[in-house]
Amino acid sequence: MTSNPEQTKNFKAEVSNFDFFYGPKQALKGVNLQVEDRKITALIGPSGCGKTTLLRAFNRMHDLYPGNHYTGEIWLESLNILGKNVDPIEVRMRIGMVFQKPNPFPKSIYENIAYGLRIRGITKTNVINEKVEKALRGAALWEEVKDRRHDMAFSLSGGQQQRLCIARALATEPEMILFDEPTSALDPISTISIEELMKELKKQVTILIVTHNMQQATRISDYTAFMYLGEIIEFDRTEVIFKNAANKQTRDYVSGQFG
Amino acid sequence: MAIENIQVLRASIKKRKLWDQVFVVIAFISLFFGFAILMGLMTQLFLQGATRLNWSFLTSPPSPRAEEAGILVASVGTATVMLVTMVLAVPIGISSGIYLQEYAKKGWLSDVIEINVANLAGVPSIVYGLLALGLFKQQLQLGESIITAALTLSLLILPVVIVTTREALKAIPQTLREGAYAIGTSRWQMVWDHVLPASAGGILTGIIVGLSRAIGEAAPLITIGALTFITSLPDSPIKGEFPFISFSWLKSDFTVLPIQMFDWVSRPQPAFQLNAGAAGIVLVLLTVIMNGAAIYLRIYFRNRIKW
Repeated sequence: MTSNPEQTKNFKAEVSNFDFFYGPKQALKGVNLQVEDRKITALIGPSGCGKTTLLRAFNRMHDLYPGNHYTGEIWLESLNILGKNVDPIEVRMRIGMVFQKPNPFPKSIYENIAYGLRIRGITKTNVINEKVEKALRGAALWEEVKDRRHDMAFSLSGGQQQRLCIARALATEPEMILFDEPTSALDPISTISIEELMKELKKQVTILIVTHNMQQATRISDYTAFMYLGEIIEFDRTEVIFKNAANKQTRDYVSGQFG
Repeated sequence: MAIENIQVLRASIKKRKLWDQVFVVIAFISLFFGFAILMGLMTQLFLQGATRLNWSFLTSPPSPRAEEAGILVASVGTATVMLVTMVLAVPIGISSGIYLQEYAKKGWLSDVIEINVANLAGVPSIVYGLLALGLFKQQLQLGESIITAALTLSLLILPVVIVTTREALKAIPQTLREGAYAIGTSRWQMVWDHVLPASAGGILTGIIVGLSRAIGEAAPLITIGALTFITSLPDSPIKGEFPFISFSWLKSDFTVLPIQMFDWVSRPQPAFQLNAGAAGIVLVLLTVIMNGAAIYLRIYFRNRIKW
């Protein structure tokens, strides 16, 4: 696998020979993965296979904690975002993230979205108002909250809070959004609405999602990577992974025989 | 299940529930003792002091005649010393707490500092008085002044503020920090814009608890040589001529309510005992108000923020 930027231009992001260690324990082994622009790529696999570890490498979340180290490259277009001279803040400003449990800021709905704009230097109130509305519409939340934008974010339901977190990530117009099991804490109705939203979002932004839920991967993703024990066992178009996988472990996992 | 087995089962449940009742009785008696003694003391204090508690008592300077003496100078002293203590201890304490919790690398050094700070919170207050006597009064030549007292009391409450700030920050879920980082904040923006506002209730509580400890302290201030009898108020902070604000009051002599009380209690005439009781009521009320504010703030912030 080459990491030459010239050859990665069809992809939004490309992982190359990525190894990850928690202390002495190797959590990811020689991972290679291409993430296509404005498509949904899903990471599936049993608990502990390293899919969340891989996802969190994309916005350098591991840098916040001591005791881990990693080698390899993750190219975001022509920039190796793991480069020692690349500021993690720059990476996080280009790649947004939505977490497993909705984690809105303990502020108003409006302020949750406006905050990301403000730290990007946008100060004009009318510009912020416009972008907040656009983000809320983009996250299919506008109709529900337009009359109570200044209420606390915690007054929303769990599903609404997660859509608010998506709006928060969207408002800053990232090139890519990472979703870490975004519906695992939500009820089925909220889950469907988040999934519909992601299908809408991929028109404008590249999505990488970790999911425990295989049906969810088949419903929304274009590509799926099956991971097991820190390695990517198989990576292909989603329908191939679920109907016609080349690897026996992949077939066993997607048919529910283990995991 | 056989009928005799059920009998055995019921007997065993009954036996275990008996211990429940025994414990409730013991706990209630313990609670009653603590509460009754406290109430007795408070009642005695109020009965003793209430007769002297009137407007002129609050607004008169001390006097050799018990019935003319009041707590004006001591109240002003307590208020100014507390104000300066707060100004000194709060920024330093919160900054230290933030540094230890959010910035310092976790390792043996931070462990040692943590243990030390926790221990400092338990050091007897008179030890701080001795330290202050040597450092502020003798080395820095600050005298028996308001600034010396405030420096002493801020040393006393600094560990409390640091520890409660750390605890309040620790209680903030890591998901909030990650959420802030994920949209591109620097560490300082994460702390200042998100973690600090979210932990404001806990931090404020710590500050108030610290101050309500400091407000009742007499020992360290007597150690630095605070006067027990003083009839003049500190210099006014506002002056008629430019620059209109003066900080010379920081160097003024002072006394505080606990020292005033101590002075009156140690006099032989019974009339002064009444004064001591009345000053005690004021001091207790101040502490109750401060602790009440701490509880209110904690509830207010807890209701506002749910994780």
